[in-house]
Amino acid sequence: MWKWLHPYAKAETAYNLCYRLLPYFSWLAAITLIAGSIWGLLYAPADYQQGDSFRIIYFHVPTAIWSMGAYTSMAICGMVGIVWQIKNAELAVYAIAPVGAAFTFLALVTGAVWGKPMWGAWWVWDARLTSELILLFLYLGVIALYNSFEDKRTAARAASILAIVGVVNVPIIHYSVEWWNTLHQGASITKFDKPSISPDMLWPLLLNIAGFLFILAAITCLRLANQILINDARRPWVKALVEQSSTEATSLVKGK
Amino acid sequence: MNSNLPQAQLSYWIAFKAIFVRELKLAWQKPSQIIQPMVFFLIVVTLFPLGISPAPKTLQMIGPGVIWIAALLAIMLVVDRLFRQDFQEGTIEAWLLSTVPMSLLVAAKLLAAWFISCSVLLLISPVLALLMNVESQVIPALMLSLLIGTPILLFVGAIGNALTVSLNQGGVLLSLLVLPLYIPVLIFATSLIEAASFNMDYSGQLAILVSMLLVSCFFAPVAIAAALKNTVN
Repeated sequence: MWKWLHPYAKAETAYNLCYRLLPYFSWLAAITLIAGSIWGLLYAPADYQQGDSFRIIYFHVPTAIWSMGAYTSMAICGMVGIVWQIKNAELAVYAIAPVGAAFTFLALVTGAVWGKPMWGAWWVWDARLTSELILLFLYLGVIALYNSFEDKRTAARAASILAIVGVVNVPIIHYSVEWWNTLHQGASITKFDKPSISPDMLWPLLLNIAGFLFILAAITCLRLANQILINDARRPWVKALVEQSSTEATSLVKGK
Repeated sequence: MNSNLPQAQLSYWIAFKAIFVRELKLAWQKPSQIIQPMVFFLIVVTLFPLGISPAPKTLQMIGPGVIWIAALLAIMLVVDRLFRQDFQEGTIEAWLLSTVPMSLLVAAKLLAAWFISCSVLLLISPVLALLMNVESQVIPALMLSLLIGTPILLFVGAIGNALTVSLNQGGVLLSLLVLPLYIPVLIFATSLIEAASFNMDYSGQLAILVSMLLVSCFFAPVAIAAALKNTVN
C-alpha cells in the first residue's frame, strides 16, 4: 500500500490526481443533487405530522452530516501531515476548512428555518445546535489561524495541529443527543435495521447525502489543486504546465 | 541517547523539577502573575450584579455560572502570555535542544502555571460565591468543579498560545481558537453545580470532567510541543 500511496506525496502527482478526479466528482454531484432534490421536494410524500415543511430535511441532514465529516477528514489530513511530514496533506486541511465552514453554516441556517415552524423558535439552546455552532467557530478558528501566518508552511502545520485538537469536539456533537435528552429529534437513518423514516422519503435523502459528499469532494479537489499550484508557483513543473497551456491557447487563437 | 551517560535515567525527573522550580521562583520575584488574574476575576464578577440586577434571587441563580465565566476569562488572560517570554528570550529553543522530551518540559511549565495563577482563583472563589449570594451547600461543588476544570482550561488554552506565540496580534486570535474548546467544560461544570444546588447526585458530571482532565493532561503537552516546534523552526 505504501508503494501505491507514496507518489502522491509529490506535489505534481497530487495535482494531477485532483485535476483528474474533479470532473467525476462534479458530474456525480450534479446528477445526485438534481435527482435527489427534485425527488425529495416534488415527489416524496408529505409528513403526516410536519406536512411539507419537513422537506428541508433534504438539505439540513446532508449538510449537517458532512459538516462533521469534513471536520473529521480535515483532522485526518492534519494528522497525516504532521506525523508523516507530508506537505500536501497539510495543504488539504486548508482546502477543506472553508467548505466545511460553509456546510456548517448551511446546516445551522436550514435548521433555524426548520425550527421556526416546528419548535416555534429560530434558535433554541439545545445541545446539538450549540455543538454545531461550536463546530462553526472551530472552522473559523482554523481559517483565521492559517491566514494570520506569513509563512504558509508554518500556517498549514499550525492549522493541522488545531484541527487535530478540535476533533475531540466531533464525538461530543455526535453523542450530545444521548447525553442531554433535549428538543432535537433523534437520528432518523442511522438505525439501518429499522429506520424510523419511510423508504419513499429515505431514498431522496440518501441521494442528497451522496450529492453533498460529492460536491464537498469536488470543491476540495479544486481548492487543493489551486493551493498546490500557488505553493509550487516557482517550480519547473508548474512553469512547464503554464507554457503548455499558453501554447495551446495561442494555437487555438491562430486556428481561428 | 548515549548509553555511556549513567545520569541519563535521572535527567527526566531533574529537568521536570528544575523547570517547575524555575517557574515558581520567577513568579515569586514578579508576583503580578499571581495577583493580576485574581483581581481580574474579582472585577469581572463584580460587573454582573451592576449590569444585571443586585436582587439576591437573581444573583443566586446566575452566580455559579458568572463565577465560572469569570474564571474562564481570567485563565484566558493567564494563557495569553504563557509562552511569550520564553519564546522571545530563546528558552524554547533551549528546550528543543535538550535531550529531554519537550512535552515533559511543557508539562512542568503547565503544572507550575496552574499553581501560580489558577490555584488562587480556586482559593478566592468561596468569597465570590458569598458576594453572589450562592447557597452554602453549593460552594463545595463550585470549588470542586473549579479544581478539576481550571487545569483543563489552562492546558487547552496553552495549546492555543503555543500556536500563536510567534504572532504579534495573539490576543484576539487566541480567544477565537480557544473559547470554542472551553464550551464543553463550561457546560459540564455548570451542570454539576446545578445538580448540586438541587441536592442531586453529580457524580456523572464529575466523571466526565475528570475524564476531560485526563485526556487534556495526556494530549495537551504533546500538542503544545508540536506547536512550539512548528513556530521555532
